[in-house]
Amino acid sequence: MGASVQSQFVSQLKRYYALYTGGVIGFVVMLAILEQMGVPNKVLGYLFLGVTVLLYAGIGILSRTSDVTEYYVAGRRVPALFNGMAVAADWMSAASFIGLAGTLYVSGYDGLAFVMGWTGGFCLVAFLLAPYLRKFGQYTIPDFLGMRYGGGLPRAIGVFAAILCSFTYVIAQVYGVGLIVSRFTGLDFGVGVFVGLGSILVCSFLGGMRAVTWTQVAQYVILIVAYLIPVIWLSVKHTGNPVPQVAYGYVLQQVTARENVLNDASTPEGAREAEVRTLFKQQMKIDSAKLAALEAGGAAYLVQERARLTHTLQQLKDKAHVAPQDIAALQNELATFPKDVNSARNTWRAAVETEKAKSSPIIAHAEPFAGSDETARDNKRKNFLALVLCLMVGTAALPHILMRFYTTSSVKEARLSVFWSLLFISLLYITAPALAVLAKYDVYTLLVGSSFSELPSWVSAWAAVDKTLMSVTDMNKDGIVQLAEITIGGDLIMLATPEIAGLPYVVTALVAAGGLAAALSTADGLMLTIANTLSHDVYYKMIDPRAPTTRRLIISKVLLLVVAVFAAYITSLKPGDILFLVGAAFSLAASAFFPALALGIFWKRANKMGAVIGMVSGLATCMVYMFITYPFFGVNAPLWWGINPISAGIFGMPIGFIGVILGSLFSAPPSPETRAMVDYVRYPNMRLDSFIEKR
Amino acid sequence: MHKHQQYWQHTLRLTAVLLAIWFVATFLVAWFARELQAFTVFGFPFSFFMAAQGALLIYIALVAYYAYRMDKLDVEYDMQEGD
Repeated sequence: MGASVQSQFVSQLKRYYALYTGGVIGFVVMLAILEQMGVPNKVLGYLFLGVTVLLYAGIGILSRTSDVTEYYVAGRRVPALFNGMAVAADWMSAASFIGLAGTLYVSGYDGLAFVMGWTGGFCLVAFLLAPYLRKFGQYTIPDFLGMRYGGGLPRAIGVFAAILCSFTYVIAQVYGVGLIVSRFTGLDFGVGVFVGLGSILVCSFLGGMRAVTWTQVAQYVILIVAYLIPVIWLSVKHTGNPVPQVAYGYVLQQVTARENVLNDASTPEGAREAEVRTLFKQQMKIDSAKLAALEAGGAAYLVQERARLTHTLQQLKDKAHVAPQDIAALQNELATFPKDVNSARNTWRAAVETEKAKSSPIIAHAEPFAGSDETARDNKRKNFLALVLCLMVGTAALPHILMRFYTTSSVKEARLSVFWSLLFISLLYITAPALAVLAKYDVYTLLVGSSFSELPSWVSAWAAVDKTLMSVTDMNKDGIVQLAEITIGGDLIMLATPEIAGLPYVVTALVAAGGLAAALSTADGLMLTIANTLSHDVYYKMIDPRAPTTRRLIISKVLLLVVAVFAAYITSLKPGDILFLVGAAFSLAASAFFPALALGIFWKRANKMGAVIGMVSGLATCMVYMFITYPFFGVNAPLWWGINPISAGIFGMPIGFIGVILGSLFSAPPSPETRAMVDYVRYPNMRLDSFIEKR
Repeated sequence: MHKHQQYWQHTLRLTAVLLAIWFVATFLVAWFARELQAFTVFGFPFSFFMAAQGALLIYIALVAYYAYRMDKLDVEYDMQEGD
């Protein structure tokens, strides 16, 4: 393609997206005016989600294509800047947009593992993979494995691993889509899932990578605007400084000062906190005793305990002067009484955990690896570093991200586009810790110490929606809110920020639309990866290499439908928690792909035997460790060196590297053709014909 | 092929240096996080600042420098991709 054509294309794109950004802002302003005129919140929510979803579908229809290169890699002419935005939207999922600030709020410094891991991984992408994969210039990641290591087996393992980690990840996204749509429109969770999926399908079905690329750019704009506006506002409210990233150092000092006051029982506020903590400690003793009795007595104990509760309730009702809330509390306890031993164990264990946390002093937000003794602190540090490494290497191995670098026009553009990607991604990740601290400041200074009769309006509003997100209970009956009396679910922080900052409802709707954009864009990229891998690598490369392009595209589209429906079905079963699913996808990708990909480029001696052994052993180690340690599977084996199951990749990665190295050294070196291919990938100016004729 | 080897050696050196900085900024700083929190930068404890902002800014700088330097290397060794 000529340089002038490309530069004309770029300036055209810039014009379009500038207009589009203006349109988005105009739309928000228009809705704000409508809100002032008295249009109800529910209508605004519907309008917001409806218009954005239609917009994405519209871009999909405009970019429809039946050309193979357009469908698989967007014609390989996506400019670096726009690929950067697309990668950023592809990358930032519902977990980043909604969950991250909450995780940081809850875990303070220790949560920063996600911030570092999800950005630092792009250094590995930039230095070790992106430019070389772009030079290789095919369609999928298994393509690279297939051609570099030769034969169907490495490709087949690559296909299996790509589908495994993309599918684990896509479930988490579809879950996020259902959650957002149902929360903001009142539709059922299942309906929410299918509405969201519908728009994904229109988009990727008609235009493949081309449509997904241009939709993702549009989604990035909405996502970042929606994230920044409420945080900037909150920052102005508390510090007068519109740059939250700079301003919150000062706020963090105040949060730390508040933590000290609340932890100090000699101050009046600290004394009240201590009182509540004592109450939780008593409750914890009762629940621990129940748990112990359950382990000893089993099902018989449950029956006995239920009978005792029923009896007490009857006695209470017979008495003359009883407070109605005491009866209500007992009735509630009976209504939610666990049905069998397993659910009783889980419920009471969770209760003891919560009470334990609530009865201990507040952990300082900025303190790294807080713990009661040196062993606990060391364990936290070890897990922090392991998680950072798994997230980073996983970043550099997730096929839906790596695939995006096939779409740039040259190696040079690929390098530049990693830079833009990281810049656009960091904009959100550098803001999230600021949001967590600002929200904490609000809770610690304005909510703690306020009276139960006049709670801030956002507290009562969210407590009415969902008790797991926000609830306050007056434990010591003093009519004043203590920190230990507040329960905040992580997801609340981002969702409630507009209200905490005192912004109109339209900004809340904007945040919902941003969260939806984050979930949809990632789900889009993942589903396309799965469908393309199946149609290109399995059907075209392994089953029918003579298939005409039209049939390949049709197969790809049909598979996309199947994958989407299957993902929606699995999601409706609600398996596991989102953060674990996301973490699992990273560990799986890091163990399966990274060693074979990186060594394939940097070590000519790596061969088929090595790749097969490395990928299989890495993936197997990671899967086995997750299976035996993650409570969901019920094996509950002891942890290896205290490493949590989310970081299973820490074992899979080294095993993968060792597998590739030993497997290669114990078998014949790769053919001259393969070595020529490695050279082709390493040197930007080397021509395709220099190795293709020997292939 | 001699020129190609030099180009590749140069690329490897650059990659190794940048990865070393990446490693120190991430893992070494986090390993000593408890010891480093006594310093204050821009109002933040140093280890918190590094994990929340400093490391990110270093990553961006590293990737930007890599793109810039590699482009220059391509020109120096006459390795630019043809159309």
